[in-house]
Amino acid sequence: MATVASTLLAGLGDGAVYALIAVSFVIIFRATGVLNFAQPGLLILGTYVTSVLAVDRGVPFWVAAVIAVLVVAAISMGIERVAIRPMIGRPVFSTALVTVGIFIVLLILAFRLFAARARTIADPWQLEQWCLVQGETLCAVSLYQHHAGKIAVVAVVLGLLGVWLSRSRVGLAMRATSLDQEAALAQGINVGRMFSLSWALGGGLAALGGILLAANGSVVQANDALFALVALPALILGGIDSLRGAVVGGLVIGLVSALSSTYQPIHAPWLGPNFENVAPYLVMILVLLIRPYGLFGTKEVQRL
Amino acid sequence: MLAVHNLEVVYEDVMLAVRGASLSVGRDRVVALLGANGAGKTSLLRAMTGLLDVHRGKITRGEVTIEGRRLNTGNASSVVRAGVGQVMEGRRVFVEFTVEENLRVGGHTAGGAGLEEKFDRIYGMFPVLADRRRTTAGYLSGGEQQMLAIGRAMMSDPDYLLLDEPSLGLAPKMVERIRDLIVEINQAGTGILLIEQNAAMALSIAHHGYVMENGITVMDASADTLRADEDIQEFYLGVGAEGTSLRDVKHYKRRKRWLS
Repeated sequence: MATVASTLLAGLGDGAVYALIAVSFVIIFRATGVLNFAQPGLLILGTYVTSVLAVDRGVPFWVAAVIAVLVVAAISMGIERVAIRPMIGRPVFSTALVTVGIFIVLLILAFRLFAARARTIADPWQLEQWCLVQGETLCAVSLYQHHAGKIAVVAVVLGLLGVWLSRSRVGLAMRATSLDQEAALAQGINVGRMFSLSWALGGGLAALGGILLAANGSVVQANDALFALVALPALILGGIDSLRGAVVGGLVIGLVSALSSTYQPIHAPWLGPNFENVAPYLVMILVLLIRPYGLFGTKEVQRL
Repeated sequence: MLAVHNLEVVYEDVMLAVRGASLSVGRDRVVALLGANGAGKTSLLRAMTGLLDVHRGKITRGEVTIEGRRLNTGNASSVVRAGVGQVMEGRRVFVEFTVEENLRVGGHTAGGAGLEEKFDRIYGMFPVLADRRRTTAGYLSGGEQQMLAIGRAMMSDPDYLLLDEPSLGLAPKMVERIRDLIVEINQAGTGILLIEQNAAMALSIAHHGYVMENGITVMDASADTLRADEDIQEFYLGVGAEGTSLRDVKHYKRRKRWLS
């Protein structure tokens, strides 16, 4: 029982970060109709900038994180302006391939920047734990501070984002743009600016996701960019165009991953080590087979 | 006065859709623009409101002016700011938004100021919308959606309102209500350009009318003159052809009269 509780808490902690990264995909997907494969590159840049500022320069972690998010948001906006804007009106598939190219460029850049070193980001949580339920000798239910921190940060950020998108004038204009670009134009909305804004948001959220992913007391390398791909199962599960779906999908994937890392070695050791990294993709395949539009996604209706 | 001078529109650098259209709309007028499918009416509207870019078209000649000044048709947002609103063909309401959110998007260019007053004015004009302000727009009936689309366009307080086929797909009763609303909007001081295939409806409220064919405005006359015109009656109002077999009508000859 105690193990279940610890596992679930850890799963929610990681799941919150997956949710954040999935949301960063959804924001860009809804605005521009493109699944942005460059997100992992933006994510690792966020980690790198934080690491340079916080570890090398001694800037306080939170300040470093905010600066990193802003820097990556600006880079993301630049990418949209230079590489994506000219693709408007082209098939979505071409644009998606452009983002794959950008991803490769960013990944190579990240390898250069990291220079084969493993970095840390000096997060305030490290490996500290809180003991929630004391056992007889050892702690029965424990919670890593970084998991609690991740849940708190993601809840605050996504909460603010949700309120902003649904209440503010610009947020409403952004959602209108994602529903019907031409009709949004006809209302006098500057659609180009909405595209920039959604890329900036998507990039900033990816950077924050990267920072939180690295905030577990261990080291981070350029390769870790690929952890962002775990957002894909979350996206598919939630439905690729739904913000709520991304959050639910992220949390579920986090739980699945945590549960399989705790129980698979005990109950199904024949599946081999590191099965928890595979489990999310199994979920993804299942979802694609049974419910391809995900839990909350728009069901595609075709008239014959 | 909103005016179009000898406008020429080309799609994809090759397709000439509008080739010399001119018209003008006064603020106290309802002006009808008639024409068959493919005559270039919607292209003309897109050219006037800066939506050509999305469809890979551009204006190759001519210009649009508002109160004598050149209207920047390269940018849809500045067209709305200059006081030209539009209701697009097929309503195009944001179906996932509530009625009120749709209206708020319509007021986007005006910023947050005076939002409540505008809501009150629109809801006064369209009481149906007031009752359903929290309803998702996709669940409204066709007529209600059309009213919402008109209300949304009115949120920017336009001096001129361009309507593309507002009667499309609506029941006759609803067409009448929309027609009365257009008259009401006009009397409150907004110039109307009404693009319609339903010529009977358009000419019943218009002061002035244009007929467009093959991308050119071929007729420019008062609504009374148009209603009395034999060709308009036959081709657009569906009168006069009774009793004669269609086989006897030589379309190519009769069409020639339009273009000469």
